[in-house]
Amino acid sequence: MFENLAWLILFLPLLSVAAITLFTRSKPRASAQISIFAVIAAFVLSLIVFVFFRGSETNSLPQASVPWLWVGDFKADIGLRLDALSLGMMLIVTGVGSLIHIYSWGYMKDDPGFARYFASLSLFTFSMLGIVMADNFLMMFIFWELVGISSYLLIGFWYEKASAADACKKAFLTNRIGDFGFLLGILMVWAVLGSLNFQDLEIRLVPHMKDYAPVATAAGLLIFCGAMGKSAQFPLHVWLPDAMEGPTPVSALIHAATMVAAGVYMLCRVFFLLNVPGSHALEVIAWIGGFTALLAALIAVQQNDIKRILAYSTLSQLGYMVMSVGMSGPTAAMYHLTTHAFFKALLFLGAGSVIYAMHHEQNIWRMGALKKKAPATYWTFMVGTLALSGVWPLSGFYSKDSILAQALETNHIALFVLGVFVALLTTFYMFRLVFVVFFGGARSEAADHAHESPDVMTWPLRILAVMSIIGGVMGIEGLYTKQFAPNAEGHAAGFGQQLLAPFSHSPLAAYLGLFAVIMGLGAAYALYSRSLFDPLPEKLGWLSRAMRNRFYFDELYERVIIPFTQEALAKFANAIDRWIISGFMVRGASGTTDLVGRALRLLQTGSLQTYAFLLVAGVALVLYLVLLR
Amino acid sequence: MHIPLEHYLIVSGILFSLGLLGVIMRRNLLVIYMCLELMLNAANLALVAMSRFNDNLNGQIMVFFIITVAAAEVSVGLALIVALYRKRQTAHVEDLTTMKN
Repeated sequence: MFENLAWLILFLPLLSVAAITLFTRSKPRASAQISIFAVIAAFVLSLIVFVFFRGSETNSLPQASVPWLWVGDFKADIGLRLDALSLGMMLIVTGVGSLIHIYSWGYMKDDPGFARYFASLSLFTFSMLGIVMADNFLMMFIFWELVGISSYLLIGFWYEKASAADACKKAFLTNRIGDFGFLLGILMVWAVLGSLNFQDLEIRLVPHMKDYAPVATAAGLLIFCGAMGKSAQFPLHVWLPDAMEGPTPVSALIHAATMVAAGVYMLCRVFFLLNVPGSHALEVIAWIGGFTALLAALIAVQQNDIKRILAYSTLSQLGYMVMSVGMSGPTAAMYHLTTHAFFKALLFLGAGSVIYAMHHEQNIWRMGALKKKAPATYWTFMVGTLALSGVWPLSGFYSKDSILAQALETNHIALFVLGVFVALLTTFYMFRLVFVVFFGGARSEAADHAHESPDVMTWPLRILAVMSIIGGVMGIEGLYTKQFAPNAEGHAAGFGQQLLAPFSHSPLAAYLGLFAVIMGLGAAYALYSRSLFDPLPEKLGWLSRAMRNRFYFDELYERVIIPFTQEALAKFANAIDRWIISGFMVRGASGTTDLVGRALRLLQTGSLQTYAFLLVAGVALVLYLVLLR
Repeated sequence: MHIPLEHYLIVSGILFSLGLLGVIMRRNLLVIYMCLELMLNAANLALVAMSRFNDNLNGQIMVFFIITVAAAEVSVGLALIVALYRKRQTAHVEDLTTMKN
């Protein structure tokens, strides 16, 4: 019964897409209502399944799968897997998704593409649920690409803007590069283990360990390529900041809370394939994650666009999660993913509310003193900032602490130090943003006339703020522990114990984390609490310039990598097309026909006697051949 | 005096070749036409001779048919040539090359 409910959860958003595109395109309000209804219904159903799952005391609900295609021995199913991991993600996708759908009702109110917007959002919800619920690699890959498409549609939602059109192309192509590696990784796993189903793979891995171990590093890294694209890890991180060209609720839902987390989710789902003795994949993953976290945090320090600061912050937090997976801590990664979904969605929606209040101004140096003008936005944004920075007892503190504790537990001292430093930078750039936007004096006309957003936008903010506050003590970590380490003893049960658990569990991580927060906050207060312009460029000089220019990665790709790969390839393909396909084959065929035609034309003289002579000569030849030879 | 079959056939072959040469070489349409008739009659001669030497009348019956059809053909062909001459004021094949190219 619950399997059928799960199918319904998956297909409700698809039904909504179909209904909107087929019937209600010209009725924006009805379209939005269908879409909002679909996602809320999916959330309620997910909640029902989840409650049943918690009550059932099993590790996963029975799988429901439908055979999809057979090719020789190969059989592909479309199936749903319902365990702690996927149910947790389903709740995030539909729960945060519902709030963002509702928020969009206010934010996108006057947009001419209202119906198209909600259709794309529903398509995204469908694809994301598909990734989360997939029970095999093939289905996951299909939905993985579908998510790419819906992200493309939503980044390029204002397609008449050249920058948005470029950004959606960039996002899609960068993702495709990663997906190519992902596909190769899937094929490699299939070639060695002979199955695509996650459960089958886990069972087969033990007897086939001898075959799998030699390719484990390569397969793990190829699969990680997929995560690298979707979760925007270095060196494929360049698309995410540009993706902020999309509407702000989209940035909140897709490019902060859910889609970019798909890479981390996927790594956790196939963690058993990465965590193989003799494989070095996890180490590489940890270092790439750590490097991304540091790089993005440094860039965020010197950005001036409110959405770009949050985008780099997202990159940095995703780096944290990937690093945690790499340090054999999928529980911590999923925990941080969940809490991050709450407070990052909150921050993006808050930023959207600020932008809305400022009449689509995004430069933070033209804002200021919004604390009084938009109190609800201010308070919720503040909660999000504190949670992201990791202030006790908000949710971010617990999840970040569990990652740092994981680093200490597995003796990754360098990554631990890096993590603490990134935490410091995170606090610094977030409070820089808060001080500049909400405190000081109004720096522009628009900031003077700013106004609070309507209720339909502030209520989702309030709900997300509550979730960001209590996310750390809701037992999310216990949920994922059940998935990854079913034999571990239960975490602290009592509320008070849970509140203080990190301090007794790994005091060094907890106290250093808090110390980083205080240092970051102090630095931000000293520099930005009442400054009218950014004092850092003068103090840091070239470093600040490099940070502001994103360490020149876009330029590097444009000048070095693209000319040597894409453009060289394009020239080569053009040469083949021009000389071989068009020159030799097409023109060659027509040229030969033409030439033969011209030659044969000479034979047709019109003279009766020539024809007669040729006829006789032909007969004579035939007679000679038949009779005399 | 007995004349053997070969002689008839040689005469028939000479007639056929002369007719063929005429068809290929001569320029006047009327002469070409007469040469064509010569070729037909060379074939007739060969058929009659074969029929006579083989004691089989099929060949002679065939010849009757050929003569009948040839008569009809001559009337049609001559009519065409006359019509062509009236239209073009010429009966020379070099001038009749509208089928070229």
